Amino acid sequence: MSNFKIWMASNWRLFLAIGIFCLIYGTYSFLHPAGGSSRLFVQNSNESFVLISVAMAQTLPVLTGGLDLSVGSVMTMINALASNVVNGSPTEVFLGIILCLCSAALAGFINGCIIVYGRLQPIIVTLATGAVFMGIALFLRPTPGGEVDGDLSFAATFDLNEIFFTYGWPLPEWFENSLGLIPTPVVLIVIVVLVIWVPFKNSVTGRGCYAVGSAEGAAYMSGLNVDRSRLAAYTLAGLFAGIGGLYLALQTGSGNADIPQAGAYTLNSIAAVVIGGTSLYGGIGGVVGSIFGAMSLRAISFNFRVFDADGPLGFISDPLLQPLFEGSILLIAVSAGAARVFSIKNRLNLFGS
Amino acid sequence: MKSWIENIDKPIKYALGFIVLVLIVGNIYTLINLGTMPFFSPNYLLQQLQVASFLGLIATGMMVVILLGHIDLSVPWTLTCAAMTATAVGGDGAMLAGLTAGLIIGLINGIGVAFLRVPSMIFTLGVNTVVQGLMIVHTGGYAPQTASTPIMNFLATGYIAGIPTALFVWAAIGGLIIFMLNRTPMGRYLYAMGNREVAAYLSGVNTRLILIAAFVICSLCAAMAGILLAGYSAKAYQGMGDLYLLPAIAAVVIGGTNILGGKGTLAGTVVGAILIVLLQSVLSVMQMPEAGRQIIYGSVIIGMLLVYGRAEKKES
Repeated sequence: MSNFKIWMASNWRLFLAIGIFCLIYGTYSFLHPAGGSSRLFVQNSNESFVLISVAMAQTLPVLTGGLDLSVGSVMTMINALASNVVNGSPTEVFLGIILCLCSAALAGFINGCIIVYGRLQPIIVTLATGAVFMGIALFLRPTPGGEVDGDLSFAATFDLNEIFFTYGWPLPEWFENSLGLIPTPVVLIVIVVLVIWVPFKNSVTGRGCYAVGSAEGAAYMSGLNVDRSRLAAYTLAGLFAGIGGLYLALQTGSGNADIPQAGAYTLNSIAAVVIGGTSLYGGIGGVVGSIFGAMSLRAISFNFRVFDADGPLGFISDPLLQPLFEGSILLIAVSAGAARVFSIKNRLNLFGS
Repeated sequence: MKSWIENIDKPIKYALGFIVLVLIVGNIYTLINLGTMPFFSPNYLLQQLQVASFLGLIATGMMVVILLGHIDLSVPWTLTCAAMTATAVGGDGAMLAGLTAGLIIGLINGIGVAFLRVPSMIFTLGVNTVVQGLMIVHTGGYAPQTASTPIMNFLATGYIAGIPTALFVWAAIGGLIIFMLNRTPMGRYLYAMGNREVAAYLSGVNTRLILIAAFVICSLCAAMAGILLAGYSAKAYQGMGDLYLLPAIAAVVIGGTNILGGKGTLAGTVVGAILIVLLQSVLSVMQMPEAGRQIIYGSVIIGMLLVYGRAEKKES
């Protein structure tokens, strides 16, 4: 096989995810009156950020062949924590953010420790720790409310120009109408990917996550530090989920320990990971795919807003039908992966991963 | 000769011990604060068993699927769909209609997992969302105005000879499942497939049929629980099943069933369901705030599993 074919063979799932996103979001942009404008990008990226974060968080445990049912709870816990600590003087805000991110990583680390050293199944451990984290969130924020630094809220949830406006920095003119129009959440995601994911993926520990997910026994026999890889995967999952919680606090300006919302984010994160091309059996996929998976999920619901209610397809915009459409699309998307089943010649191959 | 205590499964032993512990702690609390010991009264215990029968039914079905190493996340809306269908149809055919709804959802789940080979976790999640969407279309997003039928009310809240009828329903279905697991080929196949599906396939087991049957059993149990719950509160409502998914999985696992499949007993699941219901009840009597309840609930699951649910240590 040529190099290109090998490269395609290992990345086609990612390209498929990007393709699905472009198709769905393209339709939306085409139908929307303000399609393609910076304002709309800002709004859409704001609405997608939290789901993207929890989807990124879910990816790492899934890569190791596990699952993290606590990502929604960690997200909510950090959201509640941020509404208590991210306010006051700039130093306090800064320390508050550090505290939030450290607590998030700690929550993930605790998950990892129980799974690795307690030798328990990830799915059931994170189910239980999810309840504990939710309890802590309720302690921190029994009723919705709290306060988050307003300046930071503005700076993080608009475009790059807004950062300059908010803090009164001089804005270079060439910047204002070009780079300045990029939504801040997009930049934040790119930073997280470049600073955390790419170095991690290329490290021995990160490679170990893929190896553990493909064949744990073989990884162990090859002398890889299996325990360290899995610990790192769950710790990073906590951190990513915490980033989402922090952002949700900035976006809403408050905290809310909402149990149904946490559950919905956890379940949607699994769906986003699958659409993004990561195998639930582990070993295949990556965070970038999940980002596109999460954006595709969000873009599906965007689409319902823009169909003309009086047109031939007007029934699609009926809010009552939306959950049904969203569910059907999710079901069709995951079933589409079953196409290979019908091309398999030896039925024994069905039972592999 | 071993004593009878040693013959009980380790998980069941610990879970039973924990149930006694929960009751004693609850009683000490009420003795100090109210001067009474309500938790040992037969009335209280029967009432808790009645509540436990709903969770127990769901956990029974869930266990059959978990024995295969699969999971059914569509339980919340299967339950709600059955309850809504039953109350909407009404009359003599109410329960039949509800169970039929469960049967259809179970068939879809089973076919998706058995023929399309989609991981059950994601397929049933999708089915759950679709059924939720259907129910929202059906009810218009509001609470349905239909009421449960007298038979449903009787099954959920009635008493026969001083014992809640719901317990008889739970016992009857549980008995059927125990018979199925221990005395029929289907039961053997379930354990065999949970341990190694390809080996069961090569031994001539119709693995697809067993997969579909397991998901149908799970959905039927959830549908029955939904019908009972509708009878219990005299109506069906949006989201009535959402609170049952995770406790059902927890009950199965606390009862010693391996989440990866192949190992587990129904007796353990029954004890697990009772433990979870009692724990929730005692904590609410002790006026523990929701936050504390969540933390204790999660810690208990992890604590119990750390005691007896640990995997074998890897040896090189």
